[in-house]
Parts: sequence; C-alpha cells; structure tokens
Amino acid sequence: MNFFRYDKVYDFVKISSYAIVLSAILFITSLVLMVKPGFSLGIDFAGGTIIQIQYDKQAPLQQIRGILEDIEAYKGVQVSEFGAPEEVLIKLPTATSQVDKNIGDEISEALKETGSFTIRRVDIVGPRVGDELKEKGTIALILALISIMVYVSYRYEWRFALAAVLALVHDIVIATGAIILFDIDLNLDVIAALLTLIGYSINDTIIIFDRIRETIGTRVNNSLSDVINEALSATLSRTILTSLTVFFVVLTLYLFGGEIIVGFSLPMLVGSIVGSYSSLFVASKLVVLMKFDLKKYNQKLADAEKKALEKKKMREMYERGRI
Amino acid sequence: MKKSFNTKLFFFFIATLFGVLLSIPSLFQTNGPKVVLGLDLQGGLNLLLGVKTQEAIKSRYTTLASEINYYSLDEQILIDSLKSKEDSISFSLLDSNEMQKIDDYLAKIPGLVVNKNNLDYTITLSETELINIENFAIEQAIGNIRNRLDQFGLSEPSVTKQGVDSILVQLPGIKTQEDEQRALELISKGGHLQMMAVDEARNARVNNMTAQEAESYGDVILPFVNDSTQKILLKAIPVLDGSMLTDARAAYDQNGQPIINFTLNSQGGKIFGDFSGKNVGNRMAVVLDGKVYSAPVIRERIGGGSGQISGGFSVQEASDIAIALRSGALPAPIVLLEKRSVGPSLGADSIKASLVALISGSILVIVFMVVYYGLAGVIANIALVVNILLIIAVMSLFGATLTLPGMAGIILSVGMAVDANVIINERIREGFRAGESFIKSLENGYANASRAIFDSNLTGLITAVLLYVYGTGAIKGFAITMAIGIIASVITAIVGTHGIFRALQNTILKSGNYSLWFGYKRKV
Repeated sequence: MNFFRYDKVYDFVKISSYAIVLSAILFITSLVLMVKPGFSLGIDFAGGTIIQIQYDKQAPLQQIRGILEDIEAYKGVQVSEFGAPEEVLIKLPTATSQVDKNIGDEISEALKETGSFTIRRVDIVGPRVGDELKEKGTIALILALISIMVYVSYRYEWRFALAAVLALVHDIVIATGAIILFDIDLNLDVIAALLTLIGYSINDTIIIFDRIRETIGTRVNNSLSDVINEALSATLSRTILTSLTVFFVVLTLYLFGGEIIVGFSLPMLVGSIVGSYSSLFVASKLVVLMKFDLKKYNQKLADAEKKALEKKKMREMYERGRI
Repeated sequence: MKKSFNTKLFFFFIATLFGVLLSIPSLFQTNGPKVVLGLDLQGGLNLLLGVKTQEAIKSRYTTLASEINYYSLDEQILIDSLKSKEDSISFSLLDSNEMQKIDDYLAKIPGLVVNKNNLDYTITLSETELINIENFAIEQAIGNIRNRLDQFGLSEPSVTKQGVDSILVQLPGIKTQEDEQRALELISKGGHLQMMAVDEARNARVNNMTAQEAESYGDVILPFVNDSTQKILLKAIPVLDGSMLTDARAAYDQNGQPIINFTLNSQGGKIFGDFSGKNVGNRMAVVLDGKVYSAPVIRERIGGGSGQISGGFSVQEASDIAIALRSGALPAPIVLLEKRSVGPSLGADSIKASLVALISGSILVIVFMVVYYGLAGVIANIALVVNILLIIAVMSLFGATLTLPGMAGIILSVGMAVDANVIINERIREGFRAGESFIKSLENGYANASRAIFDSNLTGLITAVLLYVYGTGAIKGFAITMAIGIIASVITAIVGTHGIFRALQNTILKSGNYSLWFGYKRKV
C-alpha cells in the first residue's frame, strides 16, 4: 500500500509562502487571545476549590446554583455540568485552607434537598502552590528550549536550531490559543499536554531536517528550495503516516477519555495537527527566510572533509616515516 | 553469507523477557513489584502541607528558656525577668558572682550566641542553628506524621518531602468523609503537651487582664478546652514539655471516662517530682496544643514520672491524642496548602475511560500498520507491544506512580512509538525503489533511519531530564514516563526489529514475496 507517488517532488517551499501568512495570522490571533480574554487559570495555578458531585438522576443545576449563591462563604461560586447531565462541577475562587473545615460535609449539608448525590472529588489548592508551579514550570520550559537549541546547533547549524525552536514556539502558542478559545482551565494536565507537544513537534522537525541535511550532502548543485522540496517529498509518506496514527490515538482519547482528561486531549489534538503542519511548511521555510547559504554550508562541509583527509594523509605519512 | 551471532535479537529477547516477567505482577495482580496507581486512579486523599518553621524557632526559644529557668532554680542562681521572645531570650543576673557558673552552663549548649550587657543577658541562636532547626522541624514533622498514620491503620500511607519546605501526604483508600476528617485531624494535631504552673497570685484577675499585661508578668492566658470562655493565668515558661514524654496510652479513669496516661523520661520525671514537691497546694495545668485540659491542685510530691490527661474525650479522641503524643509533637504547626480527594468511583471511571482509549488507539494503530506494511507491520506491532510491557516493567521496578496524565502519556507513546518503525520501513522501501538488493536495502534503511531517530530521541531525552530536574511533582512524573518511553522505543523499534529482520532475512530472500513482507513490490 502506498499513499503518495514516490517519484513526485512537491513544491513545498512555494506553498510555504502562503502557509507562513496563515501561520502569522494564527500566531498573532493566539497572542491576542492570551492578552484578552487571557487564560482562565485553573485551581492548580490560581488556587481555589473544586468539588465534583454525581447525582442519581439529572442534576438540578439552577437549584444548586441558587442555594450556593445565597451562602455568604461561597461568594463567586460557579456551578456547571461536567461531561454528563448527572455530573456537576462546583468551583470556588478561594481555597478553604483551614484543616478543620470540611468543605465536603458543608456542601452535602447545603445541597441536601436537591436530591441524592455522592461527592466524587474535592480539590483544594492554596495560592502558594500555584506560584511555585509557575516559577518552576517556566524555568523548566526555558531550559528545555535552550538545550534543544544547543543540541540542534551542534548537530546541524544554528539556523536550523533557531528554525526548529521557532517552529516549536509557533506550535505551542497556537495550541495555547486553542485552549483559550475552547475555554479550558489552565491546569496541570494542560501543562502535561504542552510538554508532550514539545517532544512530538521537535521529533517531527528533526526527522525532516535530518533528511534535508542528507539531501544537501548528495546534491551539490541544486538550490536550497530544490533540496528542501526533495527532502520533504521523500519523507512525506512517513510524516503523514505518523501524524495520522498520533492523530487517531489522540482523537480516541478526546472522544472516549471524557471530560476529566479534556485538558490533555484537546491541546494535544490541536497540537498534533499544528505540529505536523509546521514541520512541513513552517520550519523549513524559516531556514530559507533566515538566508541559509547552501554554498557556504557545502563549502564548509567540503573544507571539513578536506581537513580530515589531510589529517589522515599526514598521519599516514608520519606513520610511514616512523616505519 | 556468513552466519554470525544475532546480538540484536538476543538483546531484544532479553528485553522482552524482562518486560513480560516484570509486568506480569502489575497486569495480573500477582506477587511482585507493581506499578502504583496514582490517587487520581484508585481514589484517596492527597495533601500538601506547609511547615511554619518560624514557629519551631519560637518554640526552641521557649524550651531554652525553661531549661535555663530550671537550671537556675536547681543551682539557686537568682535571675530576674526571664523572657522568651520570637527571636531571642533575655534575663538579668542578680548576683555577679554567679556569672562564671551561668556562662559555663550556656557555653555547653550548642548554637547559642550570648550577648552580655553588664548583668543583662540576651541570647540568640546562630545562623546555622536556625537552619538546622528549620530542617529538623520538617524532617521531624515528616517522621511524626508517618508514625501517626502508621498507627491509624491505613494501607500504605506515604509521607514525603516535596520542594524545600513542604510535605506530601498520600492516603490511598480513604473512602468516607469521616475517615478523611479523622485523618486530617490526626495529621494536623500539634501534639504539644506542656505542664504549666498556675500564677495563683494573679489568677483572680484573669478575666480583666489583657494579654499584654499578662506578658509583663511573664504569664500567659490560656482557655480551657471544653469552655473557651473560661480562662486561666499560667506562667509562660512551662515546667516541662512533651519532648520528655516516653509513652502515652488511652485508658479509663475510675468513673469509666476515657483518659490518657503518659510516662515521662528520667529527666522529666525528676523535674516533675521536684516541681510538685515544691508546689503542694498550688495548681498545675495540663496544656495540650495551647488549650488547658485540666488544672488539678497538687496534693503531694508526684514521683515516678507519670501522669494523666482528662478532659471529657470520646474513646476515639483519647486514642488519637495518645497516638499524637506518642509519635511526638509537631515541632512546628502545619498549614494545608493543597488537598485533593478523589472518590473510588471516579477513579474507576477514569481507568475505564483510559483503557477504552488505550485499546481502541492500539487496535487502530496495529491494524493500520499491518494493512500498510504487511508482515513488516506485524513485526513493528510486536515491538510496540514489547514497548508497552517495558514501560510497565520499568515503572514497577522503580515503584513509579501511574497517574491519569501518565496513562495519557502511554496512550500517546503508542502513537509515537510506531514513528521509528514507519521511518525505517519507508527507508527500506526507498532502497527497493533505488533498485538495491534486499539485504542492502535493509541495512541501509536501518543505518539511515537510526541517525534521524537518534537525534530526535536524544533531544527528547534531554528535555525529559531537564523537566525532571526542574519540574514539580506532576511534571516530574511526566518526565519519567517520557524518558522510559524514549529508551524503550529505541530498544524495541531500532534494535529489536532489526534483530528480527536479520533472523528472518534468509526466509524473506527465499520467498521473494516483498509485497507480503513490506507491502511493496521491489523493482528488479
């Protein structure tokens, strides 16, 4: 079985000129979304209380809301359906941090008349935890990006490294935009999804860059665009296959995983599409835009080879001389 | 063609054996190391506690003050206005002839900085001592909470340090609200027992006295436990505290009321005896966590170093307080930073949903690979299954915890692990297209693919290590799964399948049916 004609070279660089405009629009839109309306910080970051309860029958949302809003201690309470009509999520902006106060009991007492239900989950997070998470998470993220940059620079060339990291940032920003657009609370599972996305996206880009480097080594006289087009066409089958398998797996996770894991599955769903798209159209185009000089690169490769050859010769001569 | 030993296949075989053997306990619940299910999957209570270390320092000063007080009384050194504050102790020596004696005594206590202004002493703790106290407060809180929970009778409670000054407590299997409440109370109970002398001379005015006024006499006003409107005036420096306690047990008094009997060590017993001998007719208060439980009149010298606390407890309360006293006081109060509780039914639902996603995702990928690559797809699928087993095996070996995001990570690695095989198979097909021989296509395919796979995996591994080093709890867990997944995929997808192909290459050559083996017709 085969999806694509193996001998056809598609003009990716030309399509990229349009793609880069689309990317810019998506990227800027996502940035704007980050400013306004901005993230809705989940309790992992902002602190607060979440109580998930399950009714035997359909939950009387209006009644629950009415009862809780009348209680002074629950000011700013949000009541919403969670995944199924029986499941209710109650969010409070404040963390009840006293150890001796049992919010579960209080809620049970307050909602006694609304029907029979069980408390499935109570999460209380104080504000200090969120601050530490923000700080450490940011450091980890920045260091990860820098180290990727250093490694790719060492193995390839700094323009490739910069392009790979920019493509990575592109994917994460757009996935983040989707998170805001779909009004998902920024919580730990969202962070886990974004971290997975880093791994996935860089993987995709490096496979393609490796092919570009290989193609550069074998075709000396072609232009950079030709090299990129050839490399991308040769790996197209693989890119599409891998993207599809990952996409299907994430899709099943999104469809069957339920509401509790939507913070992970939705950003991943968006990320797997954007990640493949950016490795095909954005990353390589960035290399072109950064004025990667094929001739100089080839010259450098040739020089390095010559040097190695000379060294070898010298060594041989030296060894022969000794003998 | 020379027939050499197939190292790669051998290695893959060992890895498979390892994966299968070590994942059996987790998959079939037999004996052996198992993957621990996170509390979000099995239900339970997850607490993050902060330690108020400044309180530990304050209480160290209080203890120091009571030691100095006892020493001076014992040696009949006259001192005046002994005060213990948040960050220092001060007192005045009345007789300068005693200076050498008290200086020698203070020099024996490590970590003190003594400032003298004539006969006025100000004592502070040194920087290193302060840090020691803070660290000790956290370590001891961890130890004591662990002791308490062990005696509470829960299955496998876990108490670990997180970050610099937080404690993570995980209690799987807490099912009811009552259990949760009881566990919380047991953990947060200070367990701070003090015997304090009543200031009989001024106690009559206690209801009209402000806290500042009491402090000016070196006293403190404390409420009774059963009726907080009832207060009593006590000497601020305690006679002795719970650090001299050796045992505490719940028992019943002559009226059948639950009480707590405690025993003091020899030093505590001596102090207790001396004090009671000198204060017959006065009252002594039994104070637990800043609340007065009883204040009986001392009738005679109490020797033997044992006593009791009564205060109208329920049986369970008495037993919980005894546990708290026995396992030691918390050196500093703790605050609840985070509390997450998941009911068992929700955990079961999460597992079910993840399993559905895992199975449906795997079937999809497996079918897809076979349809697209033929028997090479089957080989890739074998590698995939071994990959999943290896992840489970390594996780159970290290006792790593599987959480919901971790489960999602494994599901995702099902999708990503095929990537290496797709790259390899595509490279082999390229060799066929270029008209290379089967053996050459195979070897070139692996050589070319390995380079790209190595680069991308190493980048991933670097990221995982960084996330592990700098990340917090949940991110750390994610990083471990990611690192294990990457290494497992290199072993299975590159080494393993290569070994299998080498073992089968004669069979493949003989059959010549490349569309069956690789889903592709070789150009000749």
